[in-house]
Amino acid sequence: MEELLTFNYTIPGDDFTRAGEASSSVKNKLKKMGLDSNTIRKVSIAMYEGEINMVIHADGGTITVEISSEKIRMILADTGPGIADIDKAMENGYSTAPEEVRSLGFGAGMGLPNMKKYTDYMNIDSTVGVGTTVTMDVRL
Amino acid sequence: MITTQTLIDAGLFTLKTAGDPSKNIGKVFCCDLLSIAMGRAPSESAWVTVMGNRNTLAVASLADISCIVLAEGITFQDAELDCAEQEGIAVFTTELPVFDAALKIQELLS
Ligand SMILES: Nc1ncnc2c1ncn2[C@@H]1O[C@H](COP(=O)(O)OP(=O)(O)OP(=O)(O)O)[C@@H](O)[C@H]1O
Ligand SMILES: [Mg+2]
Repeated sequence: MEELLTFNYTIPGDDFTRAGEASSSVKNKLKKMGLDSNTIRKVSIAMYEGEINMVIHADGGTITVEISSEKIRMILADTGPGIADIDKAMENGYSTAPEEVRSLGFGAGMGLPNMKKYTDYMNIDSTVGVGTTVTMDVRL
Repeated sequence: MITTQTLIDAGLFTLKTAGDPSKNIGKVFCCDLLSIAMGRAPSESAWVTVMGNRNTLAVASLADISCIVLAEGITFQDAELDCAEQEGIAVFTTELPVFDAALKIQELLS
């Protein structure tokens, strides 16, 4: 069986000073592994957008990163409010971000589109009132 | 192609922390909305913005942006500057508006 390297992170909700720590940690690990900078950049951008979404919209969650010889898979799971209309959420510019995070620079409604743009595969599995799981792959 | 050191030597802006001055700067990018910057700022760019908080730094670091120029007299707090230094990202400040600051960098680039 192929070896899989796995990293797990717990993301606290509503902590904007720490948001992005998990993504930075993964970036540093991938750098140490000697991956090319373009791949690292794609993973970093996609994971940060997912991480910050969990902080802003879902009161935190967990992130699992699995690295195999073919791909880097990111699984972001939360037990937040869920997304009622995923197609709408994926639209450029759609955002329900509250005023206090807009003043920090969030709320352009480009996070999910960025995640799509910088990954080779993305799936959102969401149930209103239950939570959201976003799975993304960047091929190696 | 210029480096952050070129920008430091040009003395156009106030240097707050030098980070890694050998980083290349190939383009200048302006936007205050973080996810637009995340999606569109080229790697190895100078980012001119008025958004001076910890999240600005996270975006710069994860998107491989070389340096941040805070326009309109905006500054980072000391904790952010320490963090920028650790991440190797130079931070400059200026009283200039965003466009004027970006234009000065563009003039160095061309
Ligand atoms: N994990 C999540 N749980 C619940 N809703 C979410 C989640 N992620 C995204 N959403 C919904 O999808 C919308 C669009 O997300 P997207 O990341 O594209 O934009 P945003 O977070 O509002 O702004 P930004 O441009 O700063 O990322 C959000 O405003 C929110 O309504
Ligand atoms: Mg978002």
